Amino acid sequence: MNSFQYSRAQDIADAVRQSAADSSARFIAGGTNLVDLMKYDVERPTRLIDISHLPLRAVEETSNGGLRIGALVLNSDLAWHPQVKDRYPLLSSAILAGASTQLRNMASTGGNLLQRTRCLYFYDVATPCNKRKPGSGCSAIGGVNRINAILGTSEACIATHPSDMCVALAALDATVHVTGPHGVRTIPMADFHRLPGDTPERDTNLESGEIVTAVELPAHGFRTNYTYLKIRDRLSYAFALVSVAAALEIDNGAIRQARLALGGVAHKPWRDPEAEAVLAGQPVEQDTFARAAKVILRDAKGYGHNDFKIDLAQRTIIRALNQAAQGTPQSQSDKRIA
Amino acid sequence: MQKVSVALLINGDRTQLEIAPWTTLLDALRDRLHLTGTKKGCDHGQCGACTVLLNGRPINACLTLAVMHDGAEITTVEGLARDGVLHPVQQAFIDHDAFQCGYCTSGQICSAVALLREGRARTRDEIRETMSGNICRCGAYPNIVTAIEEAMKAT
Repeated sequence: MNSFQYSRAQDIADAVRQSAADSSARFIAGGTNLVDLMKYDVERPTRLIDISHLPLRAVEETSNGGLRIGALVLNSDLAWHPQVKDRYPLLSSAILAGASTQLRNMASTGGNLLQRTRCLYFYDVATPCNKRKPGSGCSAIGGVNRINAILGTSEACIATHPSDMCVALAALDATVHVTGPHGVRTIPMADFHRLPGDTPERDTNLESGEIVTAVELPAHGFRTNYTYLKIRDRLSYAFALVSVAAALEIDNGAIRQARLALGGVAHKPWRDPEAEAVLAGQPVEQDTFARAAKVILRDAKGYGHNDFKIDLAQRTIIRALNQAAQGTPQSQSDKRIA
Repeated sequence: MQKVSVALLINGDRTQLEIAPWTTLLDALRDRLHLTGTKKGCDHGQCGACTVLLNGRPINACLTLAVMHDGAEITTVEGLARDGVLHPVQQAFIDHDAFQCGYCTSGQICSAVALLREGRARTRDEIRETMSGNICRCGAYPNIVTAIEEAMKAT
């Protein structure tokens, strides 16, 4: 690891001030991704601003019946929080599908949003990568790209966002609270992460000096008909090849409202209003599920090794919608897929 | 070179260290405090050999900086036995031959101690899932799960 200066932020304002004063500084909270990237020489911050002691660990009800989750709430604390388990079991399930017990005990809510891609070439400093070194080229296109994206890609980058938690947050219409040099603002999950376009070095729409302070969930948690179905190379402790967060509101055998978000297929959790519109107002039927799956993948493009993801994603969506409709969510310990 | 002062409570002993900020908790434990029971496997949070308990909960010591844990309570495998008597999980690992080479064992045991204390995992599937952050290259998994089940019955 390269040497760096270390300082502790006294409060949020101090964190923002320290960050604005040094563009090559990084905030550190759980550190599970940043410390790893520093060991690989992918990240080379001159300063780490330790925010782990800031008072951002509360989970509180909001005045409109939602839940506000402090940015430093640990992934494990969030997954096992009684309110989250009871009202937002999709979020709890997605978090428990990710990483390991140890990592969930370290990783923060804000850090989970800000984790970087697991593209092999992003980690391999001996190869070109536009995300790591803008303008150097994309080694994944034409390279080993089994884990890479099939939706929303660009000629510059086909990386995926690796989070499970974020896929659930996207499906639940969460919002992200941030504080920066110009004050506070709220960003919908749909706009928090970006597509790579010609600036793949930017993962999110956070501005320089901005810090995530909380994630807010709206009142509706889809606690009855939901599932998080994650397909991966190992049964546990592996990133998703494809994952699906599905949440339905069912009334008299008809779908009143549907939420569908995909992980492992794009530079951000992938939602598509057109696919959800295919489901809304329709009876709970296989044909409807298959049509929605086809619509959400309509612009999918494979890059060779990851061609299989296009079929796999459609099958996983259909299976997930069935699990959600039947009220039999995927267990994250018994790995048999119902 | 910047040095930062950190106070740690390790296995019940108060320790003060002056360390460079890029020192991981794992390196501080092994190289500065000579607590070599905690192992360095992958050094990237992928194997779990470095698992220690931070305020009672298992973490990867290789992915965290020691300077970030001022005032924290850390338990390593060296801190589990009491008055010369092995922790029930340690005894169960011996009784059920839950290792071969032993390199992952201290991490496995720390994770298992926390698993028992948290009390969420009950079935073999749940034990396997909770323990999935600890890789055993020798493949002693069936005996590891059995050892944990037995320790669960005993406590």
